[in-house]
Amino acid sequence: MQVYVCAKHVPDTAANIKIKGENDYDTTGLKFVVNPYDEYGLEEAVRLVEKAGKGEVVIVTVGPAQAANTMRSALAMGAARGILVKSDDKFLDSRTAARALKAAIEKDGSPDMIFTGKTSVDTEGSQTPYRVAREFDFPVANEISALEIQDGKATAEREIGGGAREVLEMSTPCVIGATKGLNEPRYPKFPDIMKAKKKEIKEFELADLGIDAPASDGAPVKLEPVPERSGAKIMQGGSVRESVEELVKTLKDSKVL
Amino acid sequence: MPKTGVLIETENGGVKAINYGLLTAAMGNKENEVIAFITQNDAAEAKDDLAAYGVSKVVQLKVGSGDINSSPDLCARALAAAVEEFELDHIAGLATAPGRDIFGRLGAILDVPLVSDIQSIDYGAETAVKSHFSGKTMATVKLEGSPVVFTVRPNAVDPVENPVDAETAEFNADVADGPKVTVKEVKASQQDKMELTEAPVIITGGRPIGAPDNYKMLDECAEVLGAAVGASRASVDAGFAPHSMQVGQTGKTVSPNLYIACGVSGAVQHFAGMKTSKVIVAINNDKDAPIFEKCDYGIIGDMFEVVPVLTEVLKASEEK
Ligand SMILES: Cc1cc2nc3c(=O)[nH]c(=O)nc-3n(C[C@H](O)[C@H](O)[C@H](O)COP(=O)(O)OP(=O)(O)OC[C@H]3O[C@@H](n4cnc5c(N)ncnc54)[C@H](O)[C@@H]3O)c2cc1C
Ligand SMILES: Nc1ncnc2c1ncn2[C@@H]1O[C@H](COP(=O)(O)O)[C@@H](O)[C@H]1O
Repeated sequence: MQVYVCAKHVPDTAANIKIKGENDYDTTGLKFVVNPYDEYGLEEAVRLVEKAGKGEVVIVTVGPAQAANTMRSALAMGAARGILVKSDDKFLDSRTAARALKAAIEKDGSPDMIFTGKTSVDTEGSQTPYRVAREFDFPVANEISALEIQDGKATAEREIGGGAREVLEMSTPCVIGATKGLNEPRYPKFPDIMKAKKKEIKEFELADLGIDAPASDGAPVKLEPVPERSGAKIMQGGSVRESVEELVKTLKDSKVL
Repeated sequence: MPKTGVLIETENGGVKAINYGLLTAAMGNKENEVIAFITQNDAAEAKDDLAAYGVSKVVQLKVGSGDINSSPDLCARALAAAVEEFELDHIAGLATAPGRDIFGRLGAILDVPLVSDIQSIDYGAETAVKSHFSGKTMATVKLEGSPVVFTVRPNAVDPVENPVDAETAEFNADVADGPKVTVKEVKASQQDKMELTEAPVIITGGRPIGAPDNYKMLDECAEVLGAAVGASRASVDAGFAPHSMQVGQTGKTVSPNLYIACGVSGAVQHFAGMKTSKVIVAINNDKDAPIFEKCDYGIIGDMFEVVPVLTEVLKASEEK
């Protein structure tokens, strides 16, 4: 079982994003993590290989040199080794990312399964899994929260709204974009973290893989903070009923209701 | 006149209300000719509803003798064929679960950029605005590629009526190979719940809700409001609500006109999913709860006292 997991190096979602210039952000002191959704994909991959009793999980990242540190935490969760395709582009376009991921995986081995996250929390593109699948000519299902793989067939479930779920069927190898619900990613223990330090991370430049310079469509022309609301206007009725009546009146007057 | 294709979502044979904001975005300043594509119901039935929002042609999209709705691959390939057939300059859909899935595939098939989940568009400047970093920043991105492919966040753009005359047509796309992915089954929701991301109003209960049954209190209020009911992650993790109700960074991103948060502290990860709501109301018994610092209106009080009164007052004001 040769399983590849595409894991992106992204700013921690709890971190404050300091905008720099027109369309850039400051990474000094900024904490980076494995894209949270990719961890669900990774956990699923590790379980698959554990269940098969043979094979390995390989992490693939397209990102800056510092991404190697982030990859170590993915390695601590049970991946055997990593491949880092170096690109300093903070807003790498997803077509280039997908081509680089494909080239790196293909150079390394023959995938039985590929996992990604459903979306990256920095650029919120929600499309790389589809592009990776297209590059390989594999089936793809995204936003998957339940998965079963048996005899060359994958059955995957996704929520499609209002609590309804769609069950998709496809042959393997395929690309699965993971989301919350698929599993509970393990918390690496100290020995796992120590072991991960010695695991191999191969590095490539985009050019080594025959990938052209990235397109410009990933980069924003402008980046702005979303203004926070100022404090709430508190309804000051003497009783609960008075406060509620004031709220309803305010909402009606401003045509919200 | 540039041509914009739009994939319409239908439900029980009717056009879903969330399409109208999408159509308004698609049309720009009435600078585009808008062609709607329908896979589910009869194009003729939807014609009048769509024409009221500027659609001049309603096309029933088909794939030979196959069922276009049996695979998102078929729908995406049919749309890719329609781009050529109708010489579309832009093609747009909703950033809903089905929309994201079909447009992700379409972007890959056409091998052009996909600008996903936009909140506004400016055809003149050839840019769109979308969220980056879990709602913490807004990015203005260039619309590139031929065609330009994008999805629009439900409820982000206010619908504006623009009645025109519409015609209907049929397009039978030639999609040679079988699909790679097939829909085996659609499991209906346990309850008949309104989809959070499409709801014009949302009322959410956080951890202090305390038990799954207590959401009934919010369901009752939601019924009067025409709202959907949401939950915080703390409540979902405690087993009080299913994950499909979770709002936030690891849950759903919503943009309703009105968001009422009951017993929610106001964590950044929760705000990541509801920050773009037009009006946010918090009901919290702690006057120092962080949520009061970043919402529009607040009531300091116990949600178990406030919500039933809210339901009552809303009911009374409706009857008037
Ligand atoms: C990677 C990551 C992703 C996350 N994703 C999400 C996400 O998608 N969605 C999400 O919601 N959270 C998410 N979180 C969790 C988030 O950080 C908070 O822990 C969570 O939102 C808190 O939920 P809460 O407000 O319901 O509970 P609490 O923080 O416990 O707050 C409860 C609030 O209710 C008030 N209260 C108590 N009793 C009453 C009463 N009777 N009446 C009125 N008010 C009362 C309290 O004063 C308090 O303000 C994420 C966290 C991480 C690290
Ligand atoms: N640069 C990258 N390196 C590795 N994986 C990536 C990269 N970009 C995207 N992915 C994968 O594709 C998923 C969706 O990304 P996106 O299309 O950017 O939302 C992520 O969750 C990752 O699994």
